[in-house]
Amino acid sequence: MKLLPSPLVCRDAVELASDYLDGTLSRRDRRRLEKHLAQCDACTAYLDQMRATIAASGTVGPEDLSSDVIEGLVNLFRQYRSDN
Amino acid sequence: MDDAELLESLLGGDESAFTELVRRYHPTLLKVARYYVASASSAEDVAQDTWIAVLKGIERFEGRSSFKTWLLRICANRARTSGVKEHRSIPVDPNESGPTVSAHRFDQGGFWSDPPVPFTDAIDTRLDNAALLGAVRDAIDNLGEPQQAVVTLRDVEGLTTQEVVTLLGLSDANVRVILHRGRARVREIVEEAMKGSKI
Repeated sequence: MKLLPSPLVCRDAVELASDYLDGTLSRRDRRRLEKHLAQCDACTAYLDQMRATIAASGTVGPEDLSSDVIEGLVNLFRQYRSDN
Repeated sequence: MDDAELLESLLGGDESAFTELVRRYHPTLLKVARYYVASASSAEDVAQDTWIAVLKGIERFEGRSSFKTWLLRICANRARTSGVKEHRSIPVDPNESGPTVSAHRFDQGGFWSDPPVPFTDAIDTRLDNAALLGAVRDAIDNLGEPQQAVVTLRDVEGLTTQEVVTLLGLSDANVRVILHRGRARVREIVEEAMKGSKI
């Protein structure tokens, strides 16, 4: 007889979130998680938060650089151009 | 303009194309460098050297990888060399095996006692909300190493896990664990910020 995988509790389910979203969970863990999510609104909300956080991370764009930093690098560029 | 167009202009000596590439990538170069070297000022030096290497090498860049990948690889190689000279040890996650969600949010059976409140709708409909994006950015900036470098490369810059593995010299499994912990921390900080300010 094939043993059924043990059901997940929320505390363990959240630890699978990142791999689940990246599609890198084993098939067995994916099934266990999906089974849990089907019955758990809170973990579904957690996963949605995680998904939204990753999406937002991809839209934050580069930090603003100070004008001093940009000026320093542009001067480097000018120096390089005049030397070469 | 996309990177390829900027690169084309840079080849023609266009200063504004250079400035735009600097705006786009200098902050990430600093983060990659900071992962390997001992101080912020060393990271500045590495990032600056990277731009010089770009100017020197741009004519030989054949476009087999994206400009971003090429640039970050130059930076990582230089930073790695500097880090070795400084005897800097590669940062390890100090809490690598602990839970990513506070134990007090679960009951004794492991089920939520303080469940998360969905904020997907708020993010989806107000993606350009400066306060929310500010919270995400602050959260990423406040991550310790190695989480900051991994989350920045994977989620902010959109690199693949394999590219992050190559750039940071970590194993695939390590990148996944660090990414998981970093993302969980960012989510937690954003959740707190949203609770506090009702973004």
